[in-house]
Amino acid sequence: MMCRHPNFMIGVLLTGLLCVTALVSLVWTPHGFDAIAIADRMQGPSMGHWLGTDQFGRDVATRLMVGARNSILVGVVAVGIGLLVGVPLGLLAAIRGGWIDELVARGSDVVFAFPAIVSAILITAILGPGIVNAIIAIGIFNIPVFARVTRGAALQVWGMEYARAGLAIGKSGLGVTRDHVLPNIASVLIVQATIQFAVAILAEAALAYLGLGTQPPAPSWGRMLFDAQTLMTIDPKLAILPGLAIALAVLGLNLLGDGLRDILDPRLRAERIG
Amino acid sequence: MLIFLLRRLLVLLVTLAVASLAIFVILEVLPGDPALLILGMEAQDDTLAALRAQMGLDRPAPVRYLTWIGGLLSGSSGISHTYAVPVSELIGERLLITVPLALLALVVSTIIAVPLGMFAAVRRGRLGDYGVMGFSQIGMAIPNFWFGIIAILVFAVALGWFPSTGFPGWDAGAGVALWALVLPVFSLALPEAAILARVTRASVLETLGADYVRTARAKGIRERRVLWGHVLRNALIPMTTILGLQFAFLLAGSIVIESVFSLPGLGRLIFQAVSARDLVVVRDVVLLLVCFVVVVNFLVDIAYGVIDPRARRSA
Repeated sequence: MMCRHPNFMIGVLLTGLLCVTALVSLVWTPHGFDAIAIADRMQGPSMGHWLGTDQFGRDVATRLMVGARNSILVGVVAVGIGLLVGVPLGLLAAIRGGWIDELVARGSDVVFAFPAIVSAILITAILGPGIVNAIIAIGIFNIPVFARVTRGAALQVWGMEYARAGLAIGKSGLGVTRDHVLPNIASVLIVQATIQFAVAILAEAALAYLGLGTQPPAPSWGRMLFDAQTLMTIDPKLAILPGLAIALAVLGLNLLGDGLRDILDPRLRAERIG
Repeated sequence: MLIFLLRRLLVLLVTLAVASLAIFVILEVLPGDPALLILGMEAQDDTLAALRAQMGLDRPAPVRYLTWIGGLLSGSSGISHTYAVPVSELIGERLLITVPLALLALVVSTIIAVPLGMFAAVRRGRLGDYGVMGFSQIGMAIPNFWFGIIAILVFAVALGWFPSTGFPGWDAGAGVALWALVLPVFSLALPEAAILARVTRASVLETLGADYVRTARAKGIRERRVLWGHVLRNALIPMTTILGLQFAFLLAGSIVIESVFSLPGLGRLIFQAVSARDLVVVRDVVLLLVCFVVVVNFLVDIAYGVIDPRARRSA
């Protein structure tokens, strides 16, 4: 396993690191994430502050840890919205075909016409900036992604003899979907979910950078980069560390997704949208 | 072909109609009275009523929607209340930054990605392939705005080669203006190039195994011509789709990149308009961005239909 799928192993390691960091931050962090100590501001790494401090003397390592939790929250909920709404729509389109299929396809077109950042700006215009609204915007974008992937994969299963046989022995469309379609498309969905998770983390970071996501003082990697930009000539580490955290998390999830695809079914190709 | 074209055109129009309706409805439920916002809290009731009438806010929503769309179709847009100029003028100015930015990024990412992807495909399973794909994975993981920040840090602050932020305007001369766009263009282009290199590699690999490639080689055509003439040409088909999709992401990405480099493009405009509640501007800019995406996708579909006749039937 280790030798045959080195990418997958790196993916598991990085994703594991992300999850463990987030979990640990729930029970323990080196300092309080909003503990301000102006006297200690913009220090380099030390025993007390492993990665130094920011412009308010807050511990950077702590803020990165809590930021990991934040990113995971966004990823889980945004992908969850996409799965919960998109998968049933895709399954329905595959079973019924006809006008329902057409409706789902055209609805997807409309949603895809709004890049996630644009719909986030619109939603923010109504509800105000905040992490919940950022999650909603990213989640809405995920719905057609999963609807399309589900529909395509489900249609393939419906073309199989065992699915037809299910209908022939008197199972309902719903029954065949539950017994044959879903188990067979699960691996496609898992791979796509991993990739969308990475896309969601990138999108939230961009929104937070623009001031549309997580609001201060709650730490978010994207927001930390925004704050660091004005200070980067004085303290470049503040502009480097959060970006590194985003890149490693996304890299890990992408490698995990690719590796899972190779392992679960080499013929599968997840659609990469984002 | 004609039926295919008409069908795609119909889909385009329906998508735009639904999208414009969605934008209108979303902004309609927005709390806050634009007239009150312009005049301030101490406004007299009759002035308020007069302004509301002037802005057309007293008319029912369906009428206002149709007025908006009708106005756009006849080429007249509303007046921005923060800038006091027609929205079309405002957008026209900003497009001169956003569109060159996105197009240049598209060109740069293609120039970088296609040779790299082909190189990786030809060297499949060897060191060169692993190298390119490794860089591609890293490139995909780096957020473009972080790339921009690091680029400013290295090339503007430390080396002083480029201006760190801002845009001198095209009046300052094309050379100076383009120089200011170099870092933003590369920040947008490199993460996209990473995705595109993967797509190129995959589709070149698929074509390399085709019968006509073996025939071309058997005829004694030089390897170089086989690659560029036969393989790349056929591999371009799936890449057209990706390029179309990329353009939408580049436009969206330019909103963020414009913020990083303080460029006065569409992204900055929509941003300022949202915070100033200048909804006339917001709805037009959003609709324009949506139009870009939908029209580019339409063109990609058409191109696809022209290149590959099989696509016409399945659509």
